[in-house]
Amino acid sequence: MSLAGILQLAFMQRALAAGVLIAVMAGLLGVFVVQRRLSFLGAGLAHAAFGGMGLGAFVIVSTGLLASGVGLLRHPLWIAIPFSLLAALGIAWVREHTRLSSDTAIGVFFAVSVAMGVLFFSIIPPDVNLGLSLMDLLFGSILSVTGSDLLVILSVTVVAVVFLSAAWGALGYATFDDELARTDGVRARLLEYLLFTCAALVIAVSAVVVGIILMAAYLVIPAASARLLARSLLQMTILSVTLAVLSTVLGLALSYLIDVPSGSTIVLTQAALFLVAAALPRR
Amino acid sequence: MTAGRGTEKGAATPGGAAHAQAGAAGAPPRRALPAVHMHRVGVRFGDATVLEDVSLEVEPGCFLAIVGPNGAGKSTLVKVALGLLTPQQGHAALFGEVAGAHPERIGYVPQLKTFDRTFPATALELVVTGLRGRWPARVTRSEGELARAALSRVGAERLQRRQLSRLSGGELQRAYLARALARRPELVLLDEPATGVDYLAEHDLYDLLERYQADTDATVVMVTHDLAAARYHADRVLVLNRRVHGFGTPDEVLCEDCLERAFGHLGHHHALAI
Repeated sequence: MSLAGILQLAFMQRALAAGVLIAVMAGLLGVFVVQRRLSFLGAGLAHAAFGGMGLGAFVIVSTGLLASGVGLLRHPLWIAIPFSLLAALGIAWVREHTRLSSDTAIGVFFAVSVAMGVLFFSIIPPDVNLGLSLMDLLFGSILSVTGSDLLVILSVTVVAVVFLSAAWGALGYATFDDELARTDGVRARLLEYLLFTCAALVIAVSAVVVGIILMAAYLVIPAASARLLARSLLQMTILSVTLAVLSTVLGLALSYLIDVPSGSTIVLTQAALFLVAAALPRR
Repeated sequence: MTAGRGTEKGAATPGGAAHAQAGAAGAPPRRALPAVHMHRVGVRFGDATVLEDVSLEVEPGCFLAIVGPNGAGKSTLVKVALGLLTPQQGHAALFGEVAGAHPERIGYVPQLKTFDRTFPATALELVVTGLRGRWPARVTRSEGELARAALSRVGAERLQRRQLSRLSGGELQRAYLARALARRPELVLLDEPATGVDYLAEHDLYDLLERYQADTDATVVMVTHDLAAARYHADRVLVLNRRVHGFGTPDEVLCEDCLERAFGHLGHHHALAI
C-alpha cells in the first residue's frame, strides 16, 4: 500500500493525530526540561504513571468499575493522572524543601512507583480483560488509539499548549536564572510547580500511547537536537516542536512500511535527527 | 575615575549594630526617603545565624560598598534588599516601601557564577529582560533601541548579537551591567561584580558605575571582596560579619581595629587597603 493509502486507514489517522499532538506537547515541554537539566524527569514521571496505572487497574477490578457503563471509569488513566500529579508535586516539593538533588528526588518516586505498579498488576487475576496489556503500557500502542483516547489527548494538548505559551516568557526567564527572574517579580516557585503539574499530565496521557519506556525520549531528544541548532530560546522552541512532529510522522510511516512497533521507529528517527544536528557545523 | 570619594563627610556609627546612616558625599541634606532602610534584620538558615540585628540606612545618591569575609552574610543582605528573602527578624524597605515591591526601580547585577552558559541567548536578549521582566520571544523595535543604548553606555554595543556562551568574563559583566542599567534604575545592587574579571575590566566597571551615578544620582550598593575598591570608589562602607562591625566613610571603617574584628585577622591585602 502506498503512503497516501496508509493515511486512508482510520486507525492510522488516529495514530498520526495522537502522535502529532503528543509531539507538540512534548516538544514544547522538552525545551524547559532540557534547559533545566531535568531530563530524568520524563522517565521518572512516566514510571509514576505506570504505578498509577497499576493502582488504577487494581481499583477498577476490585470495586467492580470494570462493569461500569461509563467508558472513562473503566480506564485506569483517571487514577494514573492524579497519581502522577502527586508524584510530580512531591518531586518539586522535595527539590525545594530538602537538600536532595533533582536526580535523587526523581529516583525515589521512580522506584516506589515501579514497585507499586508491579505489585498491583501482579495481584490482578490474569483472566481479567482491562483492554490494556502490560506490554502496551511499557512499549506503547499508538496504532490502537481509540476516538475517546484521542479526545483525552486533545484536551490535555489544549491545556498544555495554552499554559506553556502563556507562561513561556516567565518560564524562560526563570529557566535562565531563577534568582534574576524573581527579582523582576516572576513567581518562579509557583511556575516550577505548574511546570511539573503540566509535565505529569502530559506524560501520564502520552505514556499510555507511546509507552513508559520511550516517553523520556519524546521529552528529551527533540529538545536536545533543537538546542544544538538554535541561537535563541524561541528558535529552540520552534525547532523542538518541529523535530518532534517530523520524527513522529516519519517514524509512524517507517513502522508501517517495515512492520515493526512504532514506538521504536519514532525514537530511532528522533535519534537520527539528533545525530544530524550534532554533525552540522556550529554557527 | 574619582578616588577617595567618601572621605569628605559622613555621619557614621562605626563598630555598632545600632542604627547607622549614610548619605552621599558632598550632597546637601535630603528629605527623600532612604534608598535602603533595614531595621534589626535577622536571618537564620536552620541552626546557622547568617545575619543578626543588622540596621542601616542609605540615602539616595550614596555609593555603599559592603565588605566582609566569606560567609559574612553579604549576599544574604542583598537578597533581603531585593525581596528574595524575608528576614525572620526586623524588616527591610527600599524607598519607603517593602523590599521587592518595585522591581522596576532596581537594577541588579548578580554574581557571574549563577549564569547558565548552555542557555541559547544573545547579549541583546539578556539586556531586554531588564526592560521587560520576562524572557523575550521577539525583541520589539523600541526595546531593541533601548537595549542597544544600554549596551552602548557600557561600551559593549558590538556584543549585541553575540551568544552569551561566547562572551568572556569581562564582556559578560558588561552585558549584565547593561541589563541592570537599561531601565535607568534609581538603585543599583551589585553582588561581587568583579569576580572573574581582569584588572582593567574591573576598573572599567567602577568607572561606568560612577558615570551612571553622576548622570542619574542613583544609589549604588555593591558587595565586594576588594577593600581597595571600597576605599577608592565608595562614599560609605559597611563592614559585615553576621553583624555590623563598621559603617561609615572608608577612612572611618577601613581601619585595623574594625577589619580585625570583622575578619578575625589582618591579612596582607587588608593591610594594603588601609
